[in-house]
Amino acid sequence: MAKIANKQVICDILVEAGRKDKDIVALCSDSRGSASFTGFANELPEQFVETGIAEQNLVSISAGLAKCGKKPYAASPACFLSTRSYEQCKVDVAYSNTNVKLVGISGGISYGALGMSHHSAQDIAAMSAVPNMRVYIPSDHFQTGCLMKALIEDDKPAYIRVGRNAVDDVYEEGNVPFEMDKATVVCEGTDVAIIACGEMVKPAKDAAELLKAEGISAGVVDMYCVKPLDTEAIVKAATGVKAVVTVEEHAPFGGLGSMVSQVVGSECPKKVINIALPDAPVITGTSKEVFDYYKMNAEGITAKAKEALK
Amino acid sequence: MENLKALAYELRENVIDMIVEGKAGHIGGDMSVMEILTEIYFDQMNISPENMDDPDRDKFIMSKGHSVEAYYAVLAAKGFFDIKDVIAQFSKFGSKFIGHPNNKLPGIEMNSGSLGHGLPVSVGMALAGKMDKKDYRVYTVMGDGEIAEGSVWEGAMAASHYKLDNLCAVVDRNRLQISGNTEDVMAHDDLHERWKAFGWNVIDVADGNDIDQLKTAFDAAREVKGKPTVLIANTVKGKGSSVMENKANWHHKVPNAEELEQIRKDLAARKEEALHG
Repeated sequence: MAKIANKQVICDILVEAGRKDKDIVALCSDSRGSASFTGFANELPEQFVETGIAEQNLVSISAGLAKCGKKPYAASPACFLSTRSYEQCKVDVAYSNTNVKLVGISGGISYGALGMSHHSAQDIAAMSAVPNMRVYIPSDHFQTGCLMKALIEDDKPAYIRVGRNAVDDVYEEGNVPFEMDKATVVCEGTDVAIIACGEMVKPAKDAAELLKAEGISAGVVDMYCVKPLDTEAIVKAATGVKAVVTVEEHAPFGGLGSMVSQVVGSECPKKVINIALPDAPVITGTSKEVFDYYKMNAEGITAKAKEALK
Repeated sequence: MENLKALAYELRENVIDMIVEGKAGHIGGDMSVMEILTEIYFDQMNISPENMDDPDRDKFIMSKGHSVEAYYAVLAAKGFFDIKDVIAQFSKFGSKFIGHPNNKLPGIEMNSGSLGHGLPVSVGMALAGKMDKKDYRVYTVMGDGEIAEGSVWEGAMAASHYKLDNLCAVVDRNRLQISGNTEDVMAHDDLHERWKAFGWNVIDVADGNDIDQLKTAFDAAREVKGKPTVLIANTVKGKGSSVMENKANWHHKVPNAEELEQIRKDLAARKEEALHG
């Protein structure tokens, strides 16, 4: 079966919801193609707003629409959405408490070969630091679907980051455990806990398999809800194991690793190893090539987990 | 009809009280924008504490959020809150009357303060009105220094692209900003041509502190179809007292005792003149 990109699921769900609710609107900044929102624009043109290449305007217009009863989904490359329009996200969305859902597409290093201008390796730190902003980084298309359905039902600001490419499934049809704002336990373990988000959940799950083959019991937690962080799940996963490993497609500061370290440090102190992108412009390549290079793959996570247990 | 000219001077007195009591405030811009806000709130807009939940009422965004003292005075006069509370609490520890608009207060739509946000947000509000085929109008007031923000022009582009004739923006053209003359800091002239080039209907208001001229301009804006309107309201920063008028250092200032006495005297005289000619 062909893999489905998370962004495609977002569009499909919005089209379905938008047909029933005319207040659901989608906005793009000349990004409908890259966001896979062309379907929405074609199906529901009266509910689609194009802002041109103007991300600040994209977010402010969304806030104005929300203030007048609309339910806007603003989709733009995560790199621009989270930095170019950061102040609009902070003031017009979070601070003014408008029902705007910010959809950061092609997040992390999805645009691998396009350089640092197109990478969003700061968005978790930036968005999480804003009061009243929620941050979600779903792992696969099943989870993205569940998340979107939950977000459609609420009326609060949120930032959602998804990657550009279709990724391998973590879950399977008919077996998609999901509770809003609660991390999903992919598997339980007694030696090491691996806490990951977004595209890093699948290699974390694979690493647990590799570790199992070596007689090491690794638990995997899918922390799609980076904010509000499910601290209870962190404490539960970290209690009883010897070490914790975090994995994220983000800079090494201020992201999931930092947050998990804070929780573990204060609630159940033990060794935490953070796997993240380097504090440098990343090497050119496809997502896979880049992840392999920085050992952000199943083998790399396995090695770090074993190192943590030493 | 209420004497709005006199009201504008009375509201200036409230602003002075706020600033003296709170020991802070963007006094110069409060004074320049007062007639603009008074005309919008007391003559143009269909808005009151009673109809805030009505989706058909008009909307307003105070983009030049630092002139919040003037905004508070107008909202209090409209009945959204008690002016005595504002004067007593403005800028004090833990106060809800902070130095920029906050939508936790009744009557305020959006939190502003960071410049260049009001117009793009207003575009969204006007667009929602068009989508829902509603008749409400959206107003926003910007400072002239503010329009150096690039986001203003992103909003300007979108407003004309979407033919938002339900949107009326005002530039409080007092020609002074914190560092001095706007034309020295970052030139805006010919402002009329700039907005026109962005597809807007542009109305120059020769005296933006004259209620009659503002009324004529806002009324004319209602009749324009197919494009948004901007009023370039030529105002006087610090309007109301010779102590402050056209002085850049009164952008943010608390008057001393001597200045205060003169300002109060000047405002009272102008209010009297407005009342009795």
